[in-house]
Amino acid sequence: MRAAGDPYLLVGIALVCLALRALVLAPGALRRIIALNVMGSGVFLVLIAAAARGEGEPDPVPHALVLTGIVVAVATSALAIALARRLHRIDERDEDDGGGR
Amino acid sequence: MSAALAGSVVVPLGGAVLALVGGRRAAPWVAAVTAAVSLALAGALALQVWRGGVVELEAGGWSVPLGIAMRADGLAAAMLVLTAVVGAAVGTAAMSEFAGERGRWARGDGFWPLWLLLWAAVAALVVSRDVFNVYVALELAGLSAVGLVAMGGGRAALEGALGYLLAAWLGATAYLLGVALIYAETGTLDMVAMSGRVGDGPAATAALALMSVGLLLKAAVVPLHFWLPRAHASAPAPVSAALSALVVTAAMVVLVRLWSEAMAGAVGAAAANLVGALGVVAIVWGSLLAMRQRSLKMLIAYSTVGQMGYLLLLIPLAAAPLARGGAGDRATEDAWVGGTYYAVTHGVAKGAMFLAAGCLIAAAGGDRIAALGGMAGRAPLAVAAFVVGGVTLVGLPPTGGFVAKWYLVSGSIRAGEPWWAVAVLAGSLLTAAYLLVVVRALMYRGDRPGEDAPPREPGRVPGGMLVGAAALALVCLALGLRPLEGIELLGVGIPAPAGGGGG
Repeated sequence: MRAAGDPYLLVGIALVCLALRALVLAPGALRRIIALNVMGSGVFLVLIAAAARGEGEPDPVPHALVLTGIVVAVATSALAIALARRLHRIDERDEDDGGGR
Repeated sequence: MSAALAGSVVVPLGGAVLALVGGRRAAPWVAAVTAAVSLALAGALALQVWRGGVVELEAGGWSVPLGIAMRADGLAAAMLVLTAVVGAAVGTAAMSEFAGERGRWARGDGFWPLWLLLWAAVAALVVSRDVFNVYVALELAGLSAVGLVAMGGGRAALEGALGYLLAAWLGATAYLLGVALIYAETGTLDMVAMSGRVGDGPAATAALALMSVGLLLKAAVVPLHFWLPRAHASAPAPVSAALSALVVTAAMVVLVRLWSEAMAGAVGAAAANLVGALGVVAIVWGSLLAMRQRSLKMLIAYSTVGQMGYLLLLIPLAAAPLARGGAGDRATEDAWVGGTYYAVTHGVAKGAMFLAAGCLIAAAGGDRIAALGGMAGRAPLAVAAFVVGGVTLVGLPPTGGFVAKWYLVSGSIRAGEPWWAVAVLAGSLLTAAYLLVVVRALMYRGDRPGEDAPPREPGRVPGGMLVGAAALALVCLALGLRPLEGIELLGVGIPAPAGGGGG
């Protein structure tokens, strides 16, 4: 994992760490969903760094993994946002009812 | 030859698609046919493995460096049978909850495709031999399980589902990062090919740690259990049964495969003991929390947190010795059989308990333990199923739990590490303590008016749910009365990692 991949590896790990910090500290579902997306991007960069190890042509397998990972991340984000929105609506309706809770 | 192996994943997956296309009317029938076919396939595969050893399949005829391999050893075959048996019972229970117009749930027809998808994902998890395939199956299981938890629709169910989704997502991301590191290190995703190339360098160790944390989060091991009780308790009873019996167990199976085989070279004795200690903490802490619960489903959910600790004992007692090349050693084999037998029996027992709890809650009109007084008279069969499941978890004969704990204790003592046996037995006492609280409430007429909020209107016991609970309780007894076949099956293909003495 020398040379060509190194910057990607470092940026990827930095992104994962930043996202982990946000995930622990940030309140609210939406921030957590964004943090997990950033973390996923960091992991994808690490995979790209893994593809560039050694001499010559980059390894295609990690790129395929990243593609699959992106599909999974989009699907998961969609479900998470749908759930968060439903919860938000329940909160709003409760407030409209005047209960204040 | 390996048609049964391919079918174990393809049949439920196809069923999920058909159930989605078929809509409200056809879906329950599709699920019934899928369950029957899967049960037959799992039985056939288990027989094949039991007689002839490990069954392998290279998907699409592509061999390993290019293709993706599936493999059914004894553990995988037993897990497939567990999935099919619990699946059939959950499906029967779901008939009285979600089928037709009379279902109690607003969007009940959504249950069937999600449930079959979950089934396919669990099957893929236990037979997959490829670490990235495992990632996809983990995510598939997580997404469909979250959908099922959210079915309740209320605030508690949605919060439980969202918490579950975020935890599962974080776990899968940690796991994927581990996959990236191990691929960079070894250049392969195949578990068998990997096992010869993993050393004990920093990259491999970090990969094993990341993948393990991801899986421990998915398996709700203390202190990563925070999401489980709310998710499992707020779901409809058949869903809780499926989640507690299958999904967490499948994550644990993958963990054991990594430690005993795929990444054996990176396993150190200290790390294995640390995971084992985590298991002991899980047993004690999960049980103590279970004792404090006032609601029946919460109690059973915390019980799952505790019982997962037993499966973690597989890491120091079986996986680490196997990683050092200890295949064939009696202590290791006993521990392997005991731990994996417990994975299966816990699944059956937990399924029986959640389904029985569904019956009791419907009959009593609420799930507060204090309000369940005198249920032994009003719903005797459901109470009996609950008690059999409970006795299995405590580990008394004649249930499968006794056999499993016997082998675990034997493995621990033979290995000269009796402290794990002490944890197994102490856990049994703790389990008995919190279950007796429930049994006492069920047996005695505890109606002291005015003490608790008045229960909702009592209802009828749902028939399908009762049949499912009773069937699983009978399986618990069968596992205790005829254990030998199952034990032999679990002994097939105990991993012997290439490279043997790693480290």
